[in-house]
Parts: sequence; C-alpha cells; structure tokens
Amino acid sequence: MDVSQYLDVFIDESKEHLQNLNTQILDLEQEPGNMDTINEIFRAAHTLKGMAGTMGYKRMQNLTHNMENVFSEVRNGAAKVNASVVDVLFQCLDALDEYVTNIQTTGDEGDNDNENLIKAFNDFLAGNEPDADKEAPKAEVESKDEPADKQETEDKSGKDDDASWKKIKFAESQLVVMREAIKEGKNVIGLTVTVQESCILKAARAFLVYKAIEDLGEIIVSNPSAQDIEDEKFDLEFSLIVISDSDTDKLITAATNVSEIEKAIGGYVELDASSAESEKASEQTEDSNKPAVTDNKPAASEGAGNAPAKAADKKKPVVNRTVRVDIEKLDDLMNLVSELIIAKNSLVSAATTKGAGSNNVNEQIEYLESVTTNLHESVMKVRMVPIESVVNKFPRMIRDLQKKLNKKMELYMSGEETELDRTVVDEIGDPLMHLLRNSADHGIENDVALRKERGKPETGSIWLDAYQDGNNVVIEVRDDGNGIDVAAVRNKAIERGTITEEQAASMSDAEITNLLFLPSFSTAKQVSDISGRGVGLDVVKSKIESLSGEVDVKSVYGEGSKWTIRLPLTLAIIQSLMVVIGGEKYAIPLGNIQTIESVVPEEIKTVQHKEVINLRGSVIPIIRLNEVLGCESTRKPDEDFIVVVVKKGDVQAGLVIDELTGQQEIVIKSLGKYINKSKVISGATILGDGEVALIIDPNALI
Amino acid sequence: MNEVKVFSEATQYIKIAVGEEFYGVDISVIENIVRMQRITRVPNVAAYIKGVINLRGEIVPIMNLRLKIGLEEIEYTKDTRIIIIKTENYGKIGLIVDAVKEVVALEEDQLEKLPYDNTEENHFVSAVGKVDNTLVSVLDLGVVLYDKQSKEES
Repeated sequence: MDVSQYLDVFIDESKEHLQNLNTQILDLEQEPGNMDTINEIFRAAHTLKGMAGTMGYKRMQNLTHNMENVFSEVRNGAAKVNASVVDVLFQCLDALDEYVTNIQTTGDEGDNDNENLIKAFNDFLAGNEPDADKEAPKAEVESKDEPADKQETEDKSGKDDDASWKKIKFAESQLVVMREAIKEGKNVIGLTVTVQESCILKAARAFLVYKAIEDLGEIIVSNPSAQDIEDEKFDLEFSLIVISDSDTDKLITAATNVSEIEKAIGGYVELDASSAESEKASEQTEDSNKPAVTDNKPAASEGAGNAPAKAADKKKPVVNRTVRVDIEKLDDLMNLVSELIIAKNSLVSAATTKGAGSNNVNEQIEYLESVTTNLHESVMKVRMVPIESVVNKFPRMIRDLQKKLNKKMELYMSGEETELDRTVVDEIGDPLMHLLRNSADHGIENDVALRKERGKPETGSIWLDAYQDGNNVVIEVRDDGNGIDVAAVRNKAIERGTITEEQAASMSDAEITNLLFLPSFSTAKQVSDISGRGVGLDVVKSKIESLSGEVDVKSVYGEGSKWTIRLPLTLAIIQSLMVVIGGEKYAIPLGNIQTIESVVPEEIKTVQHKEVINLRGSVIPIIRLNEVLGCESTRKPDEDFIVVVVKKGDVQAGLVIDELTGQQEIVIKSLGKYINKSKVISGATILGDGEVALIIDPNALI
Repeated sequence: MNEVKVFSEATQYIKIAVGEEFYGVDISVIENIVRMQRITRVPNVAAYIKGVINLRGEIVPIMNLRLKIGLEEIEYTKDTRIIIIKTENYGKIGLIVDAVKEVVALEEDQLEKLPYDNTEENHFVSAVGKVDNTLVSVLDLGVVLYDKQSKEES
C-alpha cells in the first residue's frame, strides 16, 4: 500500500501542529498554570502522535508519546511545568521538526531515536512527584503484556508445523541469495502473519507489517506477492521470507505490534530442506510446466513489488507545495467560471446574430471584462496566505536568542493576518529572520547600563509589523536599540575602499546607511554565530529584490533602527503603460512611472557627456530607449520628445519613447532561460491580438 | 510481424531542409511544428535568435537554424516552418527551417557516426544516415542549442 498520497497532508498538518505547539509552549512558559494552554498542547501532541503512528513513523510516534505523557501528568496536576522542562520541550519540538524535514526530503524519518530527550521526559516524570509514578508502572504493565503475547505466539509457532511460510517454494536465484546471507551470518526467517477477521483495512495492516519488517531486514519472498497484498488479494494470512540480523522473536514482535494482527508465527528457514524441495520442484518441471510457473511467480512478482517500493523509498517526496483554500473562495471561483461560460455563450450568440449585433457585442465584452477582473481577484485571493505561517516561528527564535545572547528582549508582532502570495510568503522567512537576528544581536545594546543611561527600559523591544498599503504589503522590523553608527559605517567603507573620502564627504547619512546592503559589509566588531559575517544584509536585499520588493533602513543613533520591506501583492499580473519604440511594442510597469512629459529638443542639455533635462527644478538624466534596445526611432530629431519619468528609490530617470498607446493590465510571462540574458527586459506579455510585447525593467536602466 | 519489429528498433527523425542539405531531428524531442508567424524581436541577443513567439499562451524563443549553422539568412517562404523542440534545460525552443519534408526511420546500422570534429561544417551533426539516395545528417541538438557565441562574448 502506498501512503505517499497522504504525505502532503501529513507534512502540512505536522508542521501546523508543531507551530501550534511552539506558540503554546511559549505561552506556557509565561503562564505555567494556564489550563487552557496545557489542554491545547495535550491535544496537539496527541494528534501529532496519532498521525505519526498512522503513517508508520515509529520514532516520531515514540517521541510524541513521551511528550504527551508529560502533559498528561501536568494536566492531572501531578507535575509542574518548570524552566528546565520547557527547554527539553523545545528541544523535543526541534527534534520532531527534524523528523518532519527528513520525511519531507527523503520520505524517511531518519534513525535518530532522541533517547536523551525521552530519558529527560522520564526523569521529569519520575523525579517530580510521587503521583508521577502512576504513569511509569502503567507503562511497565503494558510492556509486560507484550512478552506474554510473544510467548504465546512463540508457543504457537512451535506447534504449528504447517505454517504457510514453509510451503513457499524458492527459485534458484532466491536460494543463492539465502545461502549467501547465511554465509554472512544473517538469519533467514520465515514468517506467516494472520490478520484479524474483523479487520477492515487488511491491505493497510499488511503494509504496516511489511514496513515494520523492512526496518529489521530485507523481505526476499512474499506470498502472496507484495502487489497482491497491496490490492488486498489475500485471505487472512500472508507469508514472508526475510533476511535479517535480528532473530525470529524480534520480527514476530514487530509484526504483532501492528494493531489488528491476530498472530504471527515464524521460524528459521532450513535451507537444505527447502532446497531439496525446490530441487524436487525443478525435477518436476521436466514432467510438467505447472510447478515451475508457480515457482517463478512469487519471484517475478516479488521483484516487481519490491522494485517500486525501493524506488519510491529513494525518490519519494520532494513534496508539492500546497495552499489550503477556504471552501468559500472555491465557491466564488466556481461561480465566476460559470459566469465566464455564460459570457462566452452570449458573445457567441451576439456575434452570430447580424445587424443589431455590434451594440450587443460591446455590451457582452464589458460583461466579460468584469467577469475576468473578478476572476483574477478571486484567483489571487486563493493564492494568498497570511504571513502568520512565517512570522509565528519568530517569538521562539527571539526566546532562544535571548538565552544565547544573555540580553533581555521582547518581540511584539502585529498584522500577522496580512496576506501575501504564497510564493512570496515562502521566500520572506529568511530575510525577516536575518533582520530580526540583526536587531537582537547588534541592535539591542549589550550593556544594560547604557540602555538606562539612554533612558530606555532594561528589556529591549523588537517590533515586527505588517500591513497592506495599496498594492503593496509593508513589513517593518524595528528595535529600540543602538541604531546604526553612521560614522562607523563611513569609516569602515573608506577603510575597505568601498568609497573614497571625497565621496564619503558628499554622501548623506541615508546613503551611507544604505552601504550596509553591499555584499560583505559588516560593521559588527565581533563576529558571532548569530549575525555579523557580512553575508546578511546583501542577501536580504537581493532576496527581496528578486521578489520585486524593496528594502530600506532608517536609523537614529542611540535610539534604534527601522527596516522596511515593501513587497508587491502579487507578481503575475501588473498594470503597465504600453509604448511604441522604433515600431515595436513594449510595456513599462506603471508602478515605476512618475510622470509623462513632453519635452522640446532644446531642453535637453548635456552634463558630463550625459543627456539631462531640467524638470521643475530637478535635473534628470534621460535614456534613449531606442539606443538601449537597438532600434531606429520613428521620430524626427526636431519633434518633441515623449519622456516617461521613472523612479527607483530616490533616483529618477527619463526614458525617451516614440509613442504612447495606453494603459493595460498585463500578465507577466517569463522569456525562458534560453535568452534570459537581456537585463533590460524583465519578461514578456501577450497582447489582445496574440502578439508578444516585451516588458522593460526600468530598475535595470537606472 | 517482422516489419513492426524493424520499425520499433529504428529511431524516427523528422527530415528538414536547410539550404541544400537535409537534416534529421529526433522526433521524440519535437513538440510541435508551426507555420511562420510574427516574431517579436528581443534586443541584445545573438543574431541567430530571432526573438520570441506566442505559442498558445507560452512565450517561446526562436532561433534561425540557417544562421546558427553558418548559412546566409533568406526570406521566409510558404514552406518555412518553426520546429518547436522541448529541452530539459531551457524549456521550449523554436528552430526556423526552410522546409519540413517527412518522417524517416533510421536504424542504428543505417547511421554512420561521425568522429568528433570541431570544424564548422559538421560540428552540429552527430551522424549521417542514408535514405533513398539522399543523405540525412542527424542534428546534435545539444551542440545546436549550446550558446557558444555568448559564452565567448562573456
């Protein structure tokens, strides 16, 4: 059976529960006695345990089980939460997170048992209160039960001589494999597992047995074949031949540990006997073909059954990214699609009825337009997820940093519900983390006395605020710490040769501060493992820019700094100005455009061999797009110029174009990797008539 | 029975005409063959890249095979076609060819492998096959698509 179809859901939900646990345990640390929180944690841990169990992740299940025990005691009032157990809990969450990550990348939970954590939990339970002992004996009773079971099954296996596994006949190749294994000192074990009659999901149970056994050894023969078992083409029992380092008991225990398994019997395979049998079988082949066919069947189907399982093991997930969608949003989408179909039909009928049609067609086109606009909005909404999923991990991070850096600080967050495109949300986690770490490490003063002197409370504050601003989402990271020492940055820049002293003298404080975003520029006097290697801010900047966003910093020395990230709501569809240059159509994103001016040729002056215009007091360099794009302008030199003034940050530039055709909503398409070398062109779009127009990226021109 | 077997062992090629010669393109990499259409020029790229087209909502870069293999550009005729090739690394790419002839099946032993030779003429050809007295050179698409020029420039 294949559980991979549930893997996506499992990973998504596990992450959600882990996040929830993180948040709740943070709360618990603040208010150790809050029953609601404890209940919530208990529930989440319990669900997580159940899910891990269902998917057959034993180690993960075991660890959550131990965690759950702790909370069950805490809930009963038998144990009290203290700082040390919270630390262990957090470690435990990290370990669980590691399991989930392993599962996500390799399909397997890995082989870290995290025994130290389990031991820590048990110590906590044992050492806390006499009441806590209750749990321990219970566990013992359970474990006592198990050997009893085992005994029973062993007894049975002893008696049961006609166990089905003994009837399995082997192909020559399998015998060779088994002999090899025995030579290597491994055990060849036969196993017959019987499923309870009442069991509903026989195949699922059999699969779990399969999985459990595969952990211990290699299944070389299965009767019926793995494929048949998966398809539930077996009665109540199935037999396996396993090569394993463990002994029979272990395998039987592993099999019986799966619920709804009635019994498992097994023993060592006596090779000589069975090989004699198979020799007999091969003798028989000469008489008739039948036995040979039955002989080969398990081998062949086993090969077939095993191969995909192995391939699946290795290749498996690299799980698809999913978005959970509110059913209402889907209903909206469905409605709009049906409206779209109606609009299409009306258009068709309007086009076929001649005469009075044209008026009607226009009407229908207007209708179609409103439907598509709504559809666009709805689809965008479906793709939007709250940034909550990313920022929720930060309180925990700040808590850890607080201990590591030995400073007191507090993180205040607002606007977690702000929504962004899923692709963007996935990407902003790292940059935000960099900024927060920066604030914690370099922002908040190390010296408490210095904070007092500056009239600030002992505990440092870091804020993370998110809000929507028009078509953008703004995320701000602020701290009330040291702020940026502009003089230090300036000296460092000169020292590193980034700027010359003359340049430094003419640069404003804001410009100097922005030097921090240059690669390998760190002012931290001491490199710590939290930040200060100079790989932080330039990565932040390039990441944000790759999402078509901007990042900016404002800081007052001694008072704190504020980092502002501005991101577009969505990347795929933008408003743009359509222009013609040298007979070719281009699009310029409206977001970059400031104004459009008509300029007489005489107004163009040259300063340092660069053409500029003086626009209402400010001097703006102009760029002749036809030269950049390598085409002939269709305008005569004495005609007025049309200049589109664009802005990047505080820098302006004028782009000279030939003609304006209007404003249009365009869908951005990639040019593909093959010719993606032209920096000026950020993509292409398809116009109403099917023609392709290229999109100019003004940021690359400035 | 026999014929089927022969057919399945041979690789099928689309026979295209470029200049005086015939070339074969492995049919398994061909996504589509379309008529000439308006190509939007892309600035600052190699001369043999003619631009991009809209192929059912997808932007596909177009290369002129004549220019790429060192022939003169000629005017497009009614026979001119764009062969859309699907590549692993670059997605879809279109090749402008003078004409598309037919599908030919060439078996391994009908093909004569060319030793690797860095001279211009057979640089793009991995093997030569013979079909009804005409020679069909099998294009090595890896080499055709490899952007030597821009590598040199950069």
